[in-house]
Amino acid sequence: MFNIIDKVWIIPALMAASFLVILFFGKRWGTRVTAGIGIASVSICLILSVVVAGNWINRVNNPPTGAALAAEIVQANGLTPQTGKTIGEEINAATKDSGETVATDSQSASGESHASEAGAYGGEHESVPPVVRTVTWFQIGGLQFEMGTLVDGLAAMMLITVCIISLLVHIYSTEYLRGDVRFTHYYAFLSLFTASMLFYVLSSNTLQMLVGWELVGVCSFGLIGHWWEEKKNTDAALKAFLTNRVGDIGLILGVIITFFAAGGSSFNVLHLNEYALSGNANTALLLIGALCLFGGVTSKSGQFPLHTWLPDAMAGPTPVSALIHAATMVVAGVYLIARLYGVFFSGLAIGSSTFHYVAFIGGFTTIIGGLLAFVQTDLKKVLAYSTISQLGYMVMALGVGAWTAGVFHLFTHAFFKACLFLGAGSVAHACHHSFDMREMGGLRKKMPVTHATFLVATLALAGIFPLAGFWSKDEILAGSANGQENAYTIMLIFGLITAFLTAAYMGRAYWMTFWGKYRGHAHPHESPKVITVPLIILAGCAVVLGFTNFPKSFFGFKLPGSFTTRFEHFVEPTFAFPAIQHAPFTPWLAIASTILAAGGLFVAYQYFEKNRGPHGLTSRSKIAHAGYTFLENKYYLDNLYTGVIAGSTTGPLARAANWFNQNIIDGVVNGIGNGARKIAGVVYVFADQIIIDGAVNGSGQGSEGAGQLLRKIQTGKVQQYASILFAGAVVLAGVLVFVV
Amino acid sequence: MFLNQFLLLAAILFCIGVYGVLARKNGVLVLMSIELILNSVNINLVAFGAYWHVNDMANVTGQVFALFVIAVAAAEVGVGLALVLLIYRNRQSINIDDVDMLKG
Amino acid sequence: MLALLVAQNIAFYIIAVMMVFGAIRVVTTKNVMHAALWLVLVLSGAAAQFILLAAEFVAITQVLVYLGAIIVLFLFGIMLTRAKTGTDDDLDNKKSAKFIGAGIGLALFGLMSYSLIDGFKDTEFGDLTVQRTAEVSDSIFSTYLLPFEVLSVLLLAALIGAIVIARRD
Repeated sequence: MFNIIDKVWIIPALMAASFLVILFFGKRWGTRVTAGIGIASVSICLILSVVVAGNWINRVNNPPTGAALAAEIVQANGLTPQTGKTIGEEINAATKDSGETVATDSQSASGESHASEAGAYGGEHESVPPVVRTVTWFQIGGLQFEMGTLVDGLAAMMLITVCIISLLVHIYSTEYLRGDVRFTHYYAFLSLFTASMLFYVLSSNTLQMLVGWELVGVCSFGLIGHWWEEKKNTDAALKAFLTNRVGDIGLILGVIITFFAAGGSSFNVLHLNEYALSGNANTALLLIGALCLFGGVTSKSGQFPLHTWLPDAMAGPTPVSALIHAATMVVAGVYLIARLYGVFFSGLAIGSSTFHYVAFIGGFTTIIGGLLAFVQTDLKKVLAYSTISQLGYMVMALGVGAWTAGVFHLFTHAFFKACLFLGAGSVAHACHHSFDMREMGGLRKKMPVTHATFLVATLALAGIFPLAGFWSKDEILAGSANGQENAYTIMLIFGLITAFLTAAYMGRAYWMTFWGKYRGHAHPHESPKVITVPLIILAGCAVVLGFTNFPKSFFGFKLPGSFTTRFEHFVEPTFAFPAIQHAPFTPWLAIASTILAAGGLFVAYQYFEKNRGPHGLTSRSKIAHAGYTFLENKYYLDNLYTGVIAGSTTGPLARAANWFNQNIIDGVVNGIGNGARKIAGVVYVFADQIIIDGAVNGSGQGSEGAGQLLRKIQTGKVQQYASILFAGAVVLAGVLVFVV
Repeated sequence: MFLNQFLLLAAILFCIGVYGVLARKNGVLVLMSIELILNSVNINLVAFGAYWHVNDMANVTGQVFALFVIAVAAAEVGVGLALVLLIYRNRQSINIDDVDMLKG
Repeated sequence: MLALLVAQNIAFYIIAVMMVFGAIRVVTTKNVMHAALWLVLVLSGAAAQFILLAAEFVAITQVLVYLGAIIVLFLFGIMLTRAKTGTDDDLDNKKSAKFIGAGIGLALFGLMSYSLIDGFKDTEFGDLTVQRTAEVSDSIFSTYLLPFEVLSVLLLAALIGAIVIARRD
């Protein structure tokens, strides 16, 4: 029976086909058909993704066990037993802690029991192996490199997220980019991006993830620089791509190092995780591998210090920013950590530490992103720094061991951030494509739907009950408060501070944009339905999706078990996954974060709307002014990168390299050439002229000399000839007589 | 009579003829020495011919051969003297040492 | 028999000595005419040896051809080349050449005598029977016809050649 979960590669393939069709025929068939193809393809992919999710939910509810499991694995080559054990042993190892016994041949039987409470894997259901389908890509020296798909809850969740947001962006772009000079090109890139992101998400091994990673990077480059007629757009695109490249060094190193750390036999994600968790792996290598992989995450997911490209990437069209730089591409790094969590958990010893690099960077990023959002006048830049800050949250969550919290925040953040971005796009669409908040104001009356959705999304981002952000952010804070064995206190403090900051800067943006008097020059009006309907859908998601992970006990209120923590139940892996502690709902923390959020909004209201507070502080106080300038220059990081690092490379380093090249290397090469010439000269004079020619001439002269000698015999005198003749005859005769 | 007698006689004459060829400067005298050599060869031939004739009556090869040698010698002397004459006509001397224009 | 043999031997030795002496005189005399005359001695000695060897026809032919024609030819040659009568000192090569010649001659003689003595000692003639002219002519004109014809052509060639060479024109 055809099961889409078996053939899940169709989904990215469909988007890739859409890309090719648009690429080759889009210009000819016109913008309407192009948009239609794109939207149709994404819709089909969305439907298929929902089916896949349904299949997965089915699988979790009725996991294959015993003989069925063994048969399925053997038949579909689902798992790759690369840890040196047989398939049966692996299944046994995977399922024994849930109280099951598994038979590898068809003896099914007694002793099968489904433990439904906590096994050693912490998941509250029995181990459900993901659906892995691979083919051998190539073989080198006994190692098989595979290509395939891996579907589990995380992948299914990502599929749905990417498809929904991509669909909404496709629809949105028909209006936003109407009349654009490169409409079909844009849609082609959107399809390619969706295909790449889906490909990346479904990868079964790190090599494939590398391919998908790079592809989405390329699409990002292409889409940011969509209006490349203006130099600042191409600069932004290049900055994005090159900064990502710097991080990719780490990624590639990480892929290689983890390959070797896990025994050097396979790139398969499950194998890497299992090997890392089994304790056989070289811990030093694992740590280095995890940190290298995190290098890639730093650039792609906008962590400090490689976050500088994200704000500049706002030069691209707003739907692109919504799709790529809010919801999907930037979370590729977070997804990487989530997918290879075994490696990170073991390598960074998440379970037993209170402070490590990944968690710290995550936390630090949240704060610096939040601080920078205050000094922006461009609405999209505010949202960009907000994205950086929220990505920091996700990384921090994964860093403290709150896997589900981080991934759940990824899920909810995608929707409300996309809603915010599209709302900003709607606002700009009405304000002549200007995002400058100083020229906005009072738009709530003129654009009611946009205002409403923007408000909902802002409250969700700030983390106000009962919107989505509240649940996800609260889980992160609870996770850092409880930690695994020890609490990650510093991260908790970072998180709380950022909760306040988030609410504050979003409040600032909201009030500057939608309240007060309109300060611009355009005539804003509500955007057409094509723009507002996606906004409504996304805002609705922002409201509702928080309840998918309703905690088990909410201030004492308990829902039946089949309604709580559904997200965690279906998405968190149970196979090749470390045993992590799940922090329960912490009431005091929830209250504290809500107070902080509300406080932030209130402060923003007072400062920006009511104009209370220390306005003009920066012109009065030197310290404040210095601080403001520091923030305005984005901590001078751009200057560091461009001026110091790149500048010293292009300037002194390049000059030094040039000097080295011209004088030393060229000197050596020229010297060798000159030396060869001299040697050739010597060889010519000495060896060739004297020796060889001497030999040749000498042989000639020798012959001549011999000839000169011999010609003396030829005297012309008959008697001499006769005497020689007779003498010869005597000799010959003597020989004949005596010898022969 | 021993065969050897004749053969040795022929050998002596031959060697004297060789000496004469190498030692004499006058062309005619060289030719005479050549005649000596040829005669010694004739003696040799006839001696052997006689020796074999004793056993085989029909074998007169020695004589026949000697006759041929005589005829050839005659022809050779004729031509040789004609040459000497020519040389004398051109150079007024038959000093064969002077005839060395083929020297290399 | 013995007496006959003895007589033949004595005759042989006497004639042989004469011949050798004559030959030596041919190559050493300083008088060209004398050299020719000594040559006559040698040649006639050879004819006598032929008689001793019971080869009559060859002996007569030797006399006729050599003594009759070739010596005359030599004498004509001596005359036409205005050889100096009486002693002529300019007849021999220089001493070194003579030594070389002598050396070669002696070496040759040594070699030949060694091989002859080694090969033919004690080989005696038997009863020398006369080789009749008729047999000789039979042999020439049957077995050796071809060389005979060739020889005649050779003589013709020599004749024409000599005439052409010595022609005064």
